[in-house]
Amino acid sequence: MSSPIDLVVQTISEKINPIDVKVINNQIEIIIEPRQIISSFQFLKDSSKCQFRQLTDIAGVDYPDRENRFEVVYHLLSFKNNLRARVKVYIDEGSAIDSLTSVFPCANWFEREAFDMYGIQFNDHPDLRRILTDYGFEGYPLRKDFPLSGNVEVRYNEIEKKIVYEPVKLQQDYRHFDIQSPWEGTTYKEEEQDGNGGK
Amino acid sequence: MAIAATPEIGSQELEDLKQRYSDKGFIVTNVNNLINWARTGSLHWMTFGLACCAVEMMHVGTPRYDVERMGAAPRASPRHADVMIIAGTLTNKMAPALRKAYDQMAEPRYVISMGSCANGGGYYHYSYSVVRGSDRIVPIDIYVPGCPPTAEALMYGILQLQKKIRREGNIVR
Repeated sequence: MSSPIDLVVQTISEKINPIDVKVINNQIEIIIEPRQIISSFQFLKDSSKCQFRQLTDIAGVDYPDRENRFEVVYHLLSFKNNLRARVKVYIDEGSAIDSLTSVFPCANWFEREAFDMYGIQFNDHPDLRRILTDYGFEGYPLRKDFPLSGNVEVRYNEIEKKIVYEPVKLQQDYRHFDIQSPWEGTTYKEEEQDGNGGK
Repeated sequence: MAIAATPEIGSQELEDLKQRYSDKGFIVTNVNNLINWARTGSLHWMTFGLACCAVEMMHVGTPRYDVERMGAAPRASPRHADVMIIAGTLTNKMAPALRKAYDQMAEPRYVISMGSCANGGGYYHYSYSVVRGSDRIVPIDIYVPGCPPTAEALMYGILQLQKKIRREGNIVR
């Protein structure tokens, strides 16, 4: 007799016609086309064999070198089968993906976060606006091309009597801790110029 | 006080006065001393708990450290508070709210910056969303180092603030 996980995998591959299904560490990984998303999740949620009733998280991943830059990863939990599944969708920077709020209402804030951090657009989302970053924030901070320290910093202006935004001016340079072992220490720019640095 | 001529501080006359009144249940003291005594003895702190430092700030108020025995008690409203303890990471989004709360505090007001993040951004110094030191937003009186500082360290900071208030020793700031 085949194990429950094989049964679920078999059902998924038969019914929702994914690009790929595999099992990694007893967790199912499904890759689907963006246009299939609503029907696939409806099936995963409602089918008696799968019963993935909980959407635990939605994550975004940025791969700047890929043709389809973003990966949206949906984390599902089936309490009934004691199973977790990841559903991955690849999308391009310009294109949008259907919102899952009609299937899982909790997707609302997850999708807002993905939009906030990566600029991924979701069609038919009831309230797609930023959720975590500052009011009036510009840019998408978790994209690989976003500068680590951002573009603006805040300060209280004693004359205007309010918080003002200014371009970032770092008092201290970035430090690199890419060292072989903690005992050897790091090499700093001046040492490298002197030719003393390195191992 | 109905005294014709003010006696000099440390003079025999003042000592006599103190002696005479203390027998009758009164204390003779300098107004500055009295006000400083009152201020240092009732440092009500406004809790601005922003991150894990807030937990250590809570510890300082609970029985083991019990900072209330030094007269410092938590107040929920900035309008009642004398000192604001910024406990945790101050983000760009929180900065205007922090300044607004500070502006509502009545003079004389003091600020204790608690922990690395509030002192200078700390672990998040290079982040896009964190203020690199809360002294960019409000003037700070005491910096308490640590990540997070222990409750003892914060208590020491409060004692240092009391010392600072005593040393300033004037009514007008």
